[in-house]
Amino acid sequence: MPSIHYDIAHLLGALVLLLSFALLYQRRLFALIKMFAIQSAALGAAAAWQGYIQDAPHLYVTAVLALGMKAVVIPVALHRIIVKLNIARTIDTALGVGPTMIAGVSLVTLSILLVLPVTSDVTALTREDLALALSVVLLGLLTMITRRNAIGQVVGFMSLENGLILAAVGVQGMPLIVEMLVAFAVMVAFIIFGIFFFHIRERFDTLDLHDLDSFRGESR
Amino acid sequence: MMVVQALLAGVFQVVQMALLLLLAPGLTGLVRVIKARLLGRRGPPLVQPYLDLLRLLKKEVVLAENASWLFRTTPYLVFTAIWLAAALVPTFSTALALTATADLIALVALLASARFFLALAGMDVGTSFGGLGSSREMMIATLAEPAMLMVIFSVAILVRTTSLSLIVDFMLSGGVGLRVSLALALISLLMVAIAENGRVPIDNPATHLELTMVHEAMVLEYSGRHLALIEAAGMMKLVLYMALIACIFLPWGIAAPNDGPVELLIGLVTFVLKLVAGAVLLAMFETGIAKMRVFRYGEFLGGALLLSLLGAIFLYVSTGL
Repeated sequence: MPSIHYDIAHLLGALVLLLSFALLYQRRLFALIKMFAIQSAALGAAAAWQGYIQDAPHLYVTAVLALGMKAVVIPVALHRIIVKLNIARTIDTALGVGPTMIAGVSLVTLSILLVLPVTSDVTALTREDLALALSVVLLGLLTMITRRNAIGQVVGFMSLENGLILAAVGVQGMPLIVEMLVAFAVMVAFIIFGIFFFHIRERFDTLDLHDLDSFRGESR
Repeated sequence: MMVVQALLAGVFQVVQMALLLLLAPGLTGLVRVIKARLLGRRGPPLVQPYLDLLRLLKKEVVLAENASWLFRTTPYLVFTAIWLAAALVPTFSTALALTATADLIALVALLASARFFLALAGMDVGTSFGGLGSSREMMIATLAEPAMLMVIFSVAILVRTTSLSLIVDFMLSGGVGLRVSLALALISLLMVAIAENGRVPIDNPATHLELTMVHEAMVLEYSGRHLALIEAAGMMKLVLYMALIACIFLPWGIAAPNDGPVELLIGLVTFVLKLVAGAVLLAMFETGIAKMRVFRYGEFLGGALLLSLLGAIFLYVSTGL
C-alpha cells in the first residue's frame, strides 16, 4: 500500500516540524534540550521509515546515528554542561513568543511556496518532504536568532542540522558518505561550541551573548 | 417508508437529547473521581454532580437588587443554546431529525451566543469579580474561536462540507487516510476544548473564590435553579466537545441511516466507551500539568491557532499537488 507509506512518512516529517515549533516555544533550558532530544528521536524514526520504504539499508545507519548521537549523547552532554557551569535555567528571548510563532508560520509558508514551484517534476512525497525539511532548517535559524543564551543558540543550530538530515533522507539516492560527513561536521562543531562555552564563561561570567556586545565596543 | 424514517429520526433525536442530559453530570463526576484517585484521595461519589444539581434546583434564588431581566433570563438562554448545540452532534447515529441543520458553523454560533449572554450577565450586577471573569472569558474566546474556525475550515476543505453527519459518513468511508492536517487540527481542537471548558492549564474547575478563576468568577452572583442550569450547561459543554472530537476524528461505531437495532446498540455502547476514555485521558492530563498564569493564555491559544493555521496550509498544499 503506497498511500499509507506516504502518509506515515509525511506524518513523521510533520512531527519533526511540530517539534521545531515546540523548540521556539520553550522558555527553560532543560525543557529546550528535552524537546531537541524528542525531535532527534522523531528524525531517527523518519529516517528508518524512509529506509524501509525506499529499501535503502544505509538509511538505517542514519537513523541509528540520529538516535544515538542527537537524541542521547548531545542532550546528555548539554545537560551536564548546564549543571557544571551552573548557569541560569531560564532563557532570555530576544523576541516575544507571539511574534516568534507568527514569524515561524510565515517561514513555513515561505518554504512551501519556494519549494513547490522549483521541484515540479519529482514525486509528491519528495516535494512535501523537502518543503518540511526547509521549514525545519529555517525554524532552526529562527531559534538561533531569538535566543540570547549560547546554549539556546547551539540547540537551534542542531535542530537546523536535523532539517538538513530530514531533507537528505527524503531524497532517493543520497550516498551514505555525505550524510556521515554532515553528521561528523556537526559533531566537531558541537565540540568546538563546548570549548567556547567554557571560554566565554571564564572570561565574562555569563553565557548571555548580549553581554558580549559591550566588549566589542558596541554601545548598548 | 419516508414517514417511518422521519419518525425514527425524531425518536433518535429525542433519545440523544435525553441521553446527553443524563450522561453530562455523570461524565463530570467520573473525571472528578479519576482525578481524586490519581491524587491518592477517595474523592466524591460518582453521583455527586447529580445530587448537587438536585440540591441547587430545590434552593431558592437570591437576586441582587439591581439585577436586570438579562440576569434572570441568561441561565435559560445559555442552557438551551448549549443543549441544542449538543443535540446537533451525531453521537450514536447519523439519522437525527436535526441532521439538516447540524452544521459546524451553526454549532460555533450557538456556543458563541451562549458565551456572549453569560459574559453580559457576569457584568450585569456590577460586582468587580463578575466583570473580571467576563473580561477574561472574552479574552479566551477571541483566541479560541478563530482556532476552532480554522480547524473547521481544514476539515471542510478535506471533506468539502461542514455538515456533521456528512463528515461522519466521509470519515467512515475511509477515503481520508492519515493526514498531517487532520493530526494538527486534532491537537488544535483539543487545546481549544480544554480552554473552552475551563480545564486545568487555563482555568481550574475545582477552585472557588480564587483570584485566577475565570468561569467561577463570572457566575459568582448566581444561586438556586439559575446556578443549577449554568452548571448543567457547563457539564453539557464538556460532553459536547468530547462528542464533537469523537465524531470528527474517531467516528467508528456511529450507526448510519437505515441501520438495524444491533448497529444502534453498538453505536450507543461505543459512544459511552469513548466518553469514558475521554474522561480518563482528561483526568490524567489535568493531574500531570499545572495551571498557567493568566498572561500566558495568549501563548497557549495562539499556539492552537497557529497549529490549525499550519494544518490548513498543509492541506492547501497537498490538495494542490
